[in-house]
Amino acid sequence: MVKKRSMIFLFLFLNFFGNCHSQTEPYSKLENDIAKNLRCLICQGQSIYDSNSEFALSMRIYIKDQIDSGHSEEKIYNMLVEKYGQWIVYDPGYSKKTFLLWFIPILFFLLGGAIIYLRIYKSKKI
Amino acid sequence: MRFLVKKKITLSFLILVFFVFCFLVFNKALIKDKTYSPEFKNEKKSYLPDFSLPELYLSDEIQLSEVVKNKEFSLVNIWASWCLPCREENDLLRSLSSLSYLQVIGINYKDRKKNSIQFLNDYGNPFKYNLVDKDGTVSINLGAYGVPETFLVNKNRKILIKIIGPINNNHVKQIKEIING
Repeated sequence: MVKKRSMIFLFLFLNFFGNCHSQTEPYSKLENDIAKNLRCLICQGQSIYDSNSEFALSMRIYIKDQIDSGHSEEKIYNMLVEKYGQWIVYDPGYSKKTFLLWFIPILFFLLGGAIIYLRIYKSKKI
Repeated sequence: MRFLVKKKITLSFLILVFFVFCFLVFNKALIKDKTYSPEFKNEKKSYLPDFSLPELYLSDEIQLSEVVKNKEFSLVNIWASWCLPCREENDLLRSLSSLSYLQVIGINYKDRKKNSIQFLNDYGNPFKYNLVDKDGTVSINLGAYGVPETFLVNKNRKILIKIIGPINNNHVKQIKEIING
């Protein structure tokens, strides 16, 4: 009897705290997604999502304000890139500066493919 | 035998070249400052966005565009009482605030009112106005990423210089050159 009662108590207790936790999650999914795609400029190597620095916390509020005022995710990235440069986003857009970054892997892939193809072709010929 | 010696010499020479090459590459790469700072585009476009914030002492909302009109040049300085480099640059800011064509406008970044007033009492107050940016969003809107950071703007809020980190004597010289010339 005592065991059963304590089990019920434990169940309610856990449920209660579970609810509390879900209610204190302060950021929406969109806010978190945007924060994950932004680089923290002070604590380099971390995203805004990971960081607890003053800059990151302000940035969180800024993101929320921008979402509340009806800006789209894309627009928010563009606004921040305009202020801070390409470095703030993890996904570099196409531009003159990042052209090589996008182009070189494809070039290497094609080059490797060509080498493999030529080798097989040659060995077959022999 | 002679051939072998020659081969050895070329080999050691190649190794030497390799090490020199490595040294140069690492030297160049490691000496370079890696900390990123936003590139300041010196275009006609770069104007400081307008905003209004409460004043530290008056608690009235103050519009930046209104305040900037008062003098030919304004130095907008983002600071906080908890920021150590801000203490170091305070002397230079005070010396700049005495120039006749320039006013220094402070943006008090994520600070407590009590602490910031204490700071100004202890180290001196170079600021004509002190706008309080409690949650730091206005600073992000300005494209700043921390304290201290300083912008020299003209009457139309056009950014003439942007200084990330504490200002030093070279910056002061630069600022004076722009104001006088």
